[in-house]
Amino acid sequence: MSFNMTDPDQITTSNESAKGGKAVIEIKDLYKSFGDNHVLNGFNMTLLEGENLVVMGKSGSGKSVMIKCLVGLVKPDSGTVKVLGKEINTLDQQTLDELRSDIGFLFQGSALYDSMTVRENLEFPMRRHKEKLGVVSDTEPLVREALENVGLAHTMDLMPVELSGGMKRRVALARTLILRPKVILYDEPTSGLDPITSKEIIELMRSIQKKYGTSSLIITHDVDCARVISERMILLVDGINYAEGTYSELSKSTDPKVDAFFKK
Amino acid sequence: MGNTSTLFKGVKEFFVEIGDLSHFAARFLREVLKPPFEFKELIRQCYQMGNRSLMLVTVTGFIIGLVLTLQSRPTLIQFGAVSWMPNMVGISIVREIGPVITALICAGRIASGIGAELGSMRVTEQIDAMEVSGTNPFKYLVITRIMATTLMLPILVLYGDLVALYGSALVENLKGDVSFQLYFNTVFDALSFSDLVPATIKSFFFGFAIGLVGCYKGYYSKKGTAGVGIAANTAVVMASLLLFVIDFIAVFISDIFYEL
Repeated sequence: MSFNMTDPDQITTSNESAKGGKAVIEIKDLYKSFGDNHVLNGFNMTLLEGENLVVMGKSGSGKSVMIKCLVGLVKPDSGTVKVLGKEINTLDQQTLDELRSDIGFLFQGSALYDSMTVRENLEFPMRRHKEKLGVVSDTEPLVREALENVGLAHTMDLMPVELSGGMKRRVALARTLILRPKVILYDEPTSGLDPITSKEIIELMRSIQKKYGTSSLIITHDVDCARVISERMILLVDGINYAEGTYSELSKSTDPKVDAFFKK
Repeated sequence: MGNTSTLFKGVKEFFVEIGDLSHFAARFLREVLKPPFEFKELIRQCYQMGNRSLMLVTVTGFIIGLVLTLQSRPTLIQFGAVSWMPNMVGISIVREIGPVITALICAGRIASGIGAELGSMRVTEQIDAMEVSGTNPFKYLVITRIMATTLMLPILVLYGDLVALYGSALVENLKGDVSFQLYFNTVFDALSFSDLVPATIKSFFFGFAIGLVGCYKGYYSKKGTAGVGIAANTAVVMASLLLFVIDFIAVFISDIFYEL
């Protein structure tokens, strides 16, 4: 377990040696402010290939801002963000769009398109990436496969409004999977769900990770989710990676700021 | 002192809003001719906007034609000029009342609808999801909607004009024993291209303004459900105001041509 790591090179090196994989996401000295609100103050992070990394933080701590910097939805004030070896902030739009097809993003509220059926929701991301998927015209098999992976093949022609919260999250996950991403970013995957549905979603995330060998970055404040799914955790406090380690290491910490996350 | 600073703040906000809207319009003009083009979505939006507004335009146009004729009739009879009714109603509907009333109805119906739809998409991160999936949301959502309103409004205006004239002809037929054929012959004799062309051109700008304001308000809607309501509401107010400004400029310009 390490605290308040400010040397990004040191983190990368230690992580690579620990896991033995190469980094798929590297964040170094990330700063982002909104007016006087300094959200990220030099955040550093490395996600290794095939790893499940959980970033935990309080509401408003900048977790969602950080994850949006990874896909170019938010431009950082300074710092470098490398995803699959490419520096996000220097890419032109076309390269960024191509790179985005390798990054799956599960939004906090599912973000299904209200005006489209489940089938159309899943077909939508394929419009710009048909070459990558090798699909000429018939997208049905891919849609069906993605929905079968989340156990919702029967919902293909339903509208999002006809689905429960848990089903929406599963469909959103299927939509994320359809482009066969190398990395999946989960923004609060269990928020707003009851404990049983949360458990089902976590199980689904694990089975997907096992099946496709994706790397996963999970943003959450759900300790149970973190306990079950994380291989490594980072605690985001005051805009920096305050503490880092496995769940069992961090949960035994006597540091009051770390302990606050694990208190029931 | 307090009132002055509030006034100053209000004026500043007004100009910031105008600046942002101009910037949004400039982005539209920059991106509208750049591929990829979202034709399928454009056709869908044209159908949605035209189809959804048709009933409202029909009812409003018909009532406007009826009321205008009923209100004017006694005065024209008084001056022995009731035979000028088709000319007067035809010119006033085609030149001014038809485009403005149809555009105002569409501002209420379409601008608020676009504002609320895009606002709710923004709040629920659907626009972000679209961007992450490699689709340019500005092209898919904004350009298609602005194009659809720009193309559909002149069609709705012409249709609304015809319905209003039909309403007027009905009153003349029932009260003045004027046949529909005679009424429409007189109307079309009185009208010239110089009446129709400026009104149609003006309608394109009305459509553009309605789409632009609706999209602008929705696309930059602030977080939260309250923001969606505000986006829908302010879209209608701003679009309606903008319509009158455009109308004034259009009338001013076309007046110069009439005088030539």
